[in-house]
Amino acid sequence: MTGLLEVRGISKRFGGLQAVSDVSFTLNEGEILGLIGPNGAGKTSLFNLVNGVYKSDKGSIMFAGKDITGLSPDRVVRLGLARTHQIVRPLQGMTVLENVIVGACFGRENQSMHDAHATALEVLEKVGLAKRAYSPARALTLASKKRLEVARALAAKPKLLLLDEVLAGLNPTEIAQMIDIIHSIRDSGISVFMIEHVMQAIMNLSDRILVLNLGRKIAEAPPAEVVHNTDVVEAYLGFPDIVDKLRGMA
Amino acid sequence: MMTMLRRPLFWLILLLAGIFAWLPVRGNNVALREDLILVAVAIILTSNLNLMIGYTGYVNFGHIVFYGLGGYLGLYLATVRGWHLVISALVAGVLVSLVALLFGLGILRLRGAYFALATIGVLVAVQAFVANFEPWGRSTGMYVSFDSYAPLGGPRHALWTTYFLVIGVMALSLLLSLAIKSSKFGLGLFAIREDEDAAIVLGVNATVYKAIIYSVSAFLPAVAGALMFFKNGMIDPSIAFEYMLSLEGIVMLMLGGSGTVAGAALGAGLYERLRSYLLTSPRLSEFHLVIAGGLLLLVIRLAPGGLIGWLYRLIPHSREVVE
Repeated sequence: MTGLLEVRGISKRFGGLQAVSDVSFTLNEGEILGLIGPNGAGKTSLFNLVNGVYKSDKGSIMFAGKDITGLSPDRVVRLGLARTHQIVRPLQGMTVLENVIVGACFGRENQSMHDAHATALEVLEKVGLAKRAYSPARALTLASKKRLEVARALAAKPKLLLLDEVLAGLNPTEIAQMIDIIHSIRDSGISVFMIEHVMQAIMNLSDRILVLNLGRKIAEAPPAEVVHNTDVVEAYLGFPDIVDKLRGMA
Repeated sequence: MMTMLRRPLFWLILLLAGIFAWLPVRGNNVALREDLILVAVAIILTSNLNLMIGYTGYVNFGHIVFYGLGGYLGLYLATVRGWHLVISALVAGVLVSLVALLFGLGILRLRGAYFALATIGVLVAVQAFVANFEPWGRSTGMYVSFDSYAPLGGPRHALWTTYFLVIGVMALSLLLSLAIKSSKFGLGLFAIREDEDAAIVLGVNATVYKAIIYSVSAFLPAVAGALMFFKNGMIDPSIAFEYMLSLEGIVMLMLGGSGTVAGAALGAGLYERLRSYLLTSPRLSEFHLVIAGGLLLLVIRLAPGGLIGWLYRLIPHSREVVE
């Protein structure tokens, strides 16, 4: 079986910094794949490579059977690979509804303004922003702006959604609501690739987790295995041998 | 297209054009016609500039280059080649749009201040080229031959014909702005204005959109240039590429309300009348640019949405009529 997204040996260097180094993985259809790693591990860079914001130095990316290596982000989203931003980027001067209409108009289905309007209302309902549809995007709270990011990406009718820290900065109630939204997205048949620092959430949501450290993949396994992986614990806590020491203390 | 007919602004534009066409005809008022044609040209330039600045968020300091090039091409085709004025003006418009498309693909990779600087470069370069271009008379320019008026029924008749054509181009400019604003293409432009990188990630092909709108914004100003310099009877590099007019276009747009169809028209109309008054006033004629600069500062400081933005804040329901 081939995956929905197949990344092979992808690398990206910025001057002296090797941001992403020879990373390969496969994301299967219908899966939620988590992406974790310490700050600066290259998670967002990997997202930027996958959706075409950065051009890779080496390696290839196949999406839904097509080679998308080197395609620009607007072409990638039209093929059905949408994303949200870690630092929310609403189109400030437009209303919430207009923001989502942009997503629908220029997404995979290339909808007309009329159809996009209907899609946008539907998606806003789904993420719980329907009541704010006519508010200016700049007037939203951070939690609502994160929902708007998700709504805009969903309006593109993607096959795969990249979520970049949609839980960061939210309070526990908002986190619970967003987790419900992510579940419902997967249930509607959209695969999800998500970066997250809220460990409990990503451990519960993900089918498998990919771990990056210093631009390299150090693990790719189901959540239960990842938490026991020696390399992963060391990457997060920083001391070599810490796992053995902790075991010794127990 | 059907939805356009339901927009109040669509009918207001036609009404405005109708009034412009009718006023000077009543009583054969040539002086009024000359005043109104300047207002119409200001509206044409400003509303097309609005497509770049107001809709897409790219400041074009060299917008007048389209008007001047259109003037040269139109005059050349009408006088030297002996083509009909309307054909000359349309061909000039198409050629200038194509030139703009080429420039656009080059300079639109730049953003913000760098793009704005490049547009000044385009203006200076085109003017220098034209001032040294032998077939167009170098720095002395070109004159309209008297024969060119013959197909239009003699000079007197030709002036009226040109006037009505310019009013037509004014109406088309405003309708074009309205049509783009209500289209998917326009939505993509507004997304670019708000955040170009986010727009690209949402699927907007920003490179192509920007090149198209830069080219589109050149078309009607070039047609207007062809008509106006034909009417004036002559053209030279300094009147064709008047830097000040390029800058004043920005003042007009900000004054009326950038990004709105009505704002571009309102700002252009008001500023052009004020400018004519100042230029003909013996005491103030030296100061008209001081006043333009002061006005721009005041608008940006006190009412960044211009007169239309101010109207929306005062009477929120007015948006439904004016948009």
